Amino acid sequence: MADKDSNGTPMLDDLEKGPWPSFVTQIKEMAAEGKEQCGQLLHMLERSYRDKVGHWKHGGIVGVRGYGGGVIGRYNDLKDEYPAIAHFHTLRVNQPSGWFYTSDALRTICDIWDEHGSGLTNMHGATGDLVLLGTTSDELEPTFRALTEHGFDLGGSGSDMRTPSACVGPARCEWACYDTLDLCHDITMTFQDEIHRPAFPYKFKLKCSGCPNDCVGAIARADMSIIGTWRDQIRIDQDEVRAYAEGGMDIDRDVCRRCPTGCCEWDGKEFVVDDSNCVKCMHCINAMPKALRPGTDTGATILVGAKAPIVRGAQLSSVIVPFMKLEPPYEELKDLAARIWEFWGEHGKNRERVGELIERVGLGNFLEAIGVEPTPEMVAHPRDNPYVFYEEYYEEEAEEEGAQPQSGVPT
Amino acid sequence: METQRRTDIGPPDFRKFLPPIIKSNYGKWKYHEIVKPGVMVHVGESGDRLFTVRAASPRLLGTKRIRKFSELADKYCGGYLRFTSRHNVEFLLTDESKTDPLIEDLAALGHPVGGIGPAISNIVHTQGWVHCHSAATDASGVVKAVMDDLHEYFDGTKQIPGKLRIALACCLNMCGAVHCSDIAILGVHRRPPRVQKGLNKTCEIPNVIAACPTGAIRPASVDGVPTVEIDEGSCMYCANCFSVCPALPLADPLNDGISIWVGGKVSNARHEPMFSKLAVPFIENDPPRWPEVVRNVRNIVEVWADGARPHERMGEFIERIGWPKFFELTGIEFTKQHIDDYRYAGLSYKRSAQLRQ
Repeated sequence: MADKDSNGTPMLDDLEKGPWPSFVTQIKEMAAEGKEQCGQLLHMLERSYRDKVGHWKHGGIVGVRGYGGGVIGRYNDLKDEYPAIAHFHTLRVNQPSGWFYTSDALRTICDIWDEHGSGLTNMHGATGDLVLLGTTSDELEPTFRALTEHGFDLGGSGSDMRTPSACVGPARCEWACYDTLDLCHDITMTFQDEIHRPAFPYKFKLKCSGCPNDCVGAIARADMSIIGTWRDQIRIDQDEVRAYAEGGMDIDRDVCRRCPTGCCEWDGKEFVVDDSNCVKCMHCINAMPKALRPGTDTGATILVGAKAPIVRGAQLSSVIVPFMKLEPPYEELKDLAARIWEFWGEHGKNRERVGELIERVGLGNFLEAIGVEPTPEMVAHPRDNPYVFYEEYYEEEAEEEGAQPQSGVPT
Repeated sequence: METQRRTDIGPPDFRKFLPPIIKSNYGKWKYHEIVKPGVMVHVGESGDRLFTVRAASPRLLGTKRIRKFSELADKYCGGYLRFTSRHNVEFLLTDESKTDPLIEDLAALGHPVGGIGPAISNIVHTQGWVHCHSAATDASGVVKAVMDDLHEYFDGTKQIPGKLRIALACCLNMCGAVHCSDIAILGVHRRPPRVQKGLNKTCEIPNVIAACPTGAIRPASVDGVPTVEIDEGSCMYCANCFSVCPALPLADPLNDGISIWVGGKVSNARHEPMFSKLAVPFIENDPPRWPEVVRNVRNIVEVWADGARPHERMGEFIERIGWPKFFELTGIEFTKQHIDDYRYAGLSYKRSAQLRQ
């Protein structure tokens, strides 16, 4: 272990300089607390910086009893040199909706993790979980037991429903068109089995954004993207609009002319919105939050299918339900999810996300399979190619005999 | 003492962690204003005022630092705090006079406040070499280097026309879902996987073959032992085969590095959400501070900040001025790699004569 003792970590030390908070300082702080694994992590990382290659291997099958998800196995490829991190697994702890904590709750997590792991975390992982970064195989079950004793549970990993997440919602945002935090918590509690025991063709993510600003990036990152919207009028306080104008805002240039449908006008006195042509983009509301607010007949647009590139290319979610009211117990939404899972479970290939399945079978066939009527809101425009499929056709004699149409699809 | 094993209890109910001011104004907020960089106030229908102080975090936090955050929350806001989707930590105060002392304490601890409104917020990022098996670059180190350089856009020292969101993913798996960011920093492999001996013992060959999106993997036999062979000309280094089979490593110090993508967004404001597009195909890994990545990101930020109209995001700005102008203004070389050649390549070809000659 010459590299650990004699050469130090000069490259990582350099990353302690500068104004931005340093992850190196975090690892060193925990090493100074006596966590040998953090010291070895730092030295192995320094080696990666020198070698320009990572030293972590594929995870094996590790987990806690009865769960198939929530733990990511991680082993290094230099275990003789860095034995304290020979296995250094991750636990994904399901975060509270909206990432709200009390100091006591955080200290509880810290106490558990100081006792059972490296003391390193991610606050938070990209899917939303509170990530406990690095422990040994034999500490997984004790960590899990301690977490559940204190009211925490693991999130998802692998081919299961991943931990849902939500924006701050009505807790601290005037634009929340439904209760993102309650929906996220409710869905998470309803689908504990789907989160903890992988039974899907691949991962399934669900994210709740309270308005079309989409602060959790649902449309880009979630197989089911639930984005708040409204279908009545934008609420306008004309005095506050005039105050923005008096404060120097060029409302015509920076608000009206940036409206994607040109549905708002400002004559210097009144701000007028043609709500029938408003696509609920949020721009005017974002620009003048004291003057404008979403309407009061609120709900959400449900979009399906977003994913990152692996396997067949990145996709954004597309509209499945243009408007849905979202009130507890959210049966309509849960029922929709169940129908999607049923079709996906039946027809999805191994490691095929819902969005890829939809592209393979066609959105029209997918809608038919989940029992949703097609509407023009679901497409950017109707097809522009004339290769149109029909499932059946008529034959002249058959028509005379009053028989059923023939199937045009080989069976 | 042995207690009963509990499962499927789910996360704690968030309602337990909401401060009283949020409980009493839940769903009844009227508007918000940015008080100063990193501080905003939400005003309820009731007239109640909630001050949020947003501080940067490196995402990778030790318990010691989390305990420090907890102490600050106890000292200033009754123990109530939250985290954001971009790894920032937020303190929720009811007393405006306590915001400045909190900001001073945070600064002493090394955490600048900012990232609210027209600003560069924290960089969403992944594990990198700190903890990932498929990383083509480090994540935390690149983020540290880039934000050390751009911190003035976070803390409000420098004004910008609108929001600018940067994200980093250390490989194409994109755990950070960077593909819809104003600027995406993406680790890339550039060498086909090297087939390891004994592959048939650790991997299911049909699964490996099915994993390839271009059909570049074929069954093969070496000395009578079943394995696979790679048509290297068809490999685009996605690493999907490696995800299902550890015996097909792609990581390679000479060929791994970073690409930079621009102009994506998730928000529906004004323009519909859009993907980020390729700006810089490849920059070699140059730890610990990746100076070429830092220089390129700053260059792109400055070109946008100089030319964008109020509220205009990177992608909207580029659509208005045109991609040729973007390459001209940034001085980035346009290459063959910029032209798509995958499934929907034709959709990105310019099929009109509307050009700024």
